[in-house]
Amino acid sequence: MKHLLSTHDLALHDALRLLDTAEEMAAVGEREIKKLPALRGRTVVNLFYEDSTRTRISFEAAAKRLSADVINFAAKGSSVSKGESLKDTAQTLEAMSADAVVIRHPASGAPARLAASGWIDAAVLNAGDGTHEHPTQALLDAFTLRRHWAKVAGTGSPGSDLTGMRVLIVGDILHSRVARSNVWLLKTLGAEVTLVGPPTLLPVGVDTWPCTVRYNLDEALADRPDAVMMLRLQAERMNAAFFPSTREYSRRWGFDDARLAALDTLGLGDTVIMHPGPMNRGLEISAAAADSVRSTVLAQVRNGVSVRMAALYLLLAGGTHDHPAAPTVRENPALSPTKEPAV
Amino acid sequence: MTGAEPTPGNGYLIRGASPLGGPRQDLLIRDGLIARVGPGAAPDPGTRVIDADGLIALPGMVDLHTHLREPGREDAETVETGSRAAALGGFTAVHAMANSSPVADTAGVVEQVYSLGERAGWVEVRPVGAVTVGLAGERMAELGAMAESRARVRVFSDDGICVSDPVLMRRALEYVKAFDGVIAQHAQEPRLTEGAQMNEGEVSAVLGLTGWPAVAEESIIARDVLLAQHVNSRLHVCHVSTAGSVEILRWAKARGISVTAEVTPHHLLLTDDLVRSYNPVYKVNPPLRTADDVQALREALADGTIDAVGTDHAPHPSEHKECEWAQAAMGMTGLETALSVVQHAMVETGLLDWEGFARVTSTRPAEIGRLAHQGRPLAEGEPANLILVDPAARWTVDPHRMATMGRNSPFAGLQLPGRVSATFYRGHPTVLDGALNTPLTPAAKETAWTG
Repeated sequence: MKHLLSTHDLALHDALRLLDTAEEMAAVGEREIKKLPALRGRTVVNLFYEDSTRTRISFEAAAKRLSADVINFAAKGSSVSKGESLKDTAQTLEAMSADAVVIRHPASGAPARLAASGWIDAAVLNAGDGTHEHPTQALLDAFTLRRHWAKVAGTGSPGSDLTGMRVLIVGDILHSRVARSNVWLLKTLGAEVTLVGPPTLLPVGVDTWPCTVRYNLDEALADRPDAVMMLRLQAERMNAAFFPSTREYSRRWGFDDARLAALDTLGLGDTVIMHPGPMNRGLEISAAAADSVRSTVLAQVRNGVSVRMAALYLLLAGGTHDHPAAPTVRENPALSPTKEPAV
Repeated sequence: MTGAEPTPGNGYLIRGASPLGGPRQDLLIRDGLIARVGPGAAPDPGTRVIDADGLIALPGMVDLHTHLREPGREDAETVETGSRAAALGGFTAVHAMANSSPVADTAGVVEQVYSLGERAGWVEVRPVGAVTVGLAGERMAELGAMAESRARVRVFSDDGICVSDPVLMRRALEYVKAFDGVIAQHAQEPRLTEGAQMNEGEVSAVLGLTGWPAVAEESIIARDVLLAQHVNSRLHVCHVSTAGSVEILRWAKARGISVTAEVTPHHLLLTDDLVRSYNPVYKVNPPLRTADDVQALREALADGTIDAVGTDHAPHPSEHKECEWAQAAMGMTGLETALSVVQHAMVETGLLDWEGFARVTSTRPAEIGRLAHQGRPLAEGEPANLILVDPAARWTVDPHRMATMGRNSPFAGLQLPGRVSATFYRGHPTVLDGALNTPLTPAAKETAWTG
C-alpha cells in the first residue's frame, strides 16, 4: 500500500492485514511504555482543513506511539486561510520532507487528488474528505465489530472476518463519509449491511450499493441485527428541509430508550450500539443508549489509535507495495459504447 | 454578399478532393468564392495548386458555442488565440458567448468582440448577446440594439446561467422575433442544482459529490419548448446532455415546435465514470453523464433530433483546474478536437456519413445562427469557407501543442482520427498543411462581406 484513500478499493487481504496489525498495536497500548521505535526519524504531517480534534489527536497519538515526528498543520491560522492552494501547500510539505500526510478536507476527493497529482511523494492518508470516505473510521469500526464477533463466537479476533454479521447503519447516509467507508469495508469483510434512514438522506444510486436499504428502523431492528451504528446528524441538515423537524427525525430514526428496550424484548443480548462521535444525545441516540453496556463508543475511540498506528506503520514501514489501496481509475478510456477508440 | 476579396496570385486550385466524401473533384477558389467545381481543371499561371489526394472537402465548421473570454479574462483566452484554435480545428465561424467581463449585453461590447474577430482574421467571430443585463436574470438586455449593431447579433444567451424566470424567458422568446433572433437556453433549474458537482447517479453516490440531476435540465427544456410553442418563437437548447432531454426534443419537433438543439463533442464521448479520478479536467457544466445518455445523444444527432454540434470550448487557466474538484472551474477546451471526436463518435460508428457530418457541424449551425455565408454547399459561386480533412490520419491529443491558451482538454493522451489539413476562410487559407498559415489581411476585410 502506498496510500490509504478509501475502503472502496481496499482488497480483503489488505483489510485483514490492517486489522491484524492493529491487534498487535493494541497490545503495545496495554504496555507500561506505549511506544515503538518503528517510525523514528519519519515525519507525519496532520493537514487538517476542517476542525476535528478527535481525529487529529487520534492520528497524533498513533504517530507518536510509533516514534514519528508529528507536525500539525491546521488550515485556520495558516497560509491556507490566506488563499494558498492545495498544490502549493502540498509542495511546501514535500519540500519539508514529509513522509506521510494525514489529510482532513471538506472537499470530496482532495486526498485522492493529492495522491495522484504528483505534487508530493509522501504517503497520503485520508482522514475524512467531504462526503466521500473516512477509511480509518471504518477500519476502527470493523476492528471493534470483529473483536465483538469473535467474542460472541468464542474465537480469537486476529485473522477472522465478519462473515454472517448483520450490521445496521442508521441516519444521514447521503452526507456521511463514515457510512460510505463502512458499507464497502464491512461488505468486503463478509458482513450483511442494511442502511436505514429517511429517503431524503439516502443518495440517488444507493440501489447499486452492496447492501439493503430500509426506511423503518423498528422493522430493521426486528430483523435481529448484531450491531447498530448510529450516525451523527449534522446541524446544517436540520435547516435544509431534508425532514420536517428534529423531533420527527428523532422519533423515526433516533435510537431512543424504547428501541433500547426493544433489543432486550427481542432477546438480542449480544447486539451492540455504535456511534462514531461526537454524539448528539437526545437526537440520534438517547443518553441511556449511549451509556448502556451495549455501547461501544469508547472502545471505538480506543481502537482508533491502534488502527491508525497500523495504517501509518504499513504505509511507511510495511515494505511491499503490491496492492495499492488507491483507486486505480484509468483516465481517458474515452468510453465508447459502440466502438473502442482507435488506440 | 456584396463583394469578394482578391486572393493572392490567381487563387487556389484544390486538386482531387472528395467533396463530402463523394467522387473526387477539383475546386478552384478565387476572389473569396468557389469559382469552379469539376474534374481535371488546368491551373492558370499564378494559381497555387493544392494536392488534396485522399482529403475530404467539407464546408467550414460553424460553432454555435465558444467561450473566447475576451474582454475580461485574457489570461484564459483571447479572441486572437481562440480564433487561431478555431481555424486549426476546421472552423470558419464561431459564436462568442456573452459571459465575458464586461458581459456582452450592450451594442458596445458585441461590436468590440466583433471588431476583435475581424482584426484577428482567422475565422468569422459572431458575438452572442446576453439575454439579461449582466446575466443577472432580472431584466432584458437591449437585444434590439445588439441586433442592429455592426455585430448583427442573432443568437442571445445567458449561457452559464439559465434564464430560469419563466416570464422573462417568455418575453425574451417573443421579443427576438422582431429581428429573427433566437434564444439559446442553458437549461439548468437552479434550485435543483445548488452546489452541484457532477451527474447525480451511481457514481456521485460513491464519490460523495453533490449531484446535478438530469431532471434539472429536462424540466427546463420541457417548459421552454411549451413556451416556444405558445408564443410561436424560435428556441435553441445549448449543450443537451441527457437521454430524457432527447425524448422531450423529439416530442417537441414532432409537434412542429420551432426548437433546435446542440450537443458538445465531450458529451458524445465521455461519461461520468471518469470523475472517479477526481481530476477536475472532467468537470464541466452540464456534467458528463452515463453511457446510456451518450448513446441517446449520438442517435439523436444522427436522426436530426439534435441539430448541431457546439463545442462549448471553455478554456481556463491551469490554477483553476489544479485544485480540489469542488473548487475547480467547470469547462473543457474543444475547438481543436471537435472534428476528430465527432468523426470518432459519429462517422466511424456509421451513425453519420460525411454529408451528415457537414450538416451537424456546418449547415445547421449556420442556419440557426443566421450566418448567410457559412454552411453553404460546395458549389460554384458559393463563398469559399471550406476545409480539407484527412480522415485516415491518427493523432494523439496533446493540450500543450494547441493554439488555445487553455490546457484543460479531457481528451489529452487519447488517439483520435481525422486531421484538418487546410481551412479556407473567405477564400483565404488560414490553415495549410495542418498548420496555421496567415490570417485574412485587414485590407481585404474592408472590402469583403460587409452587410
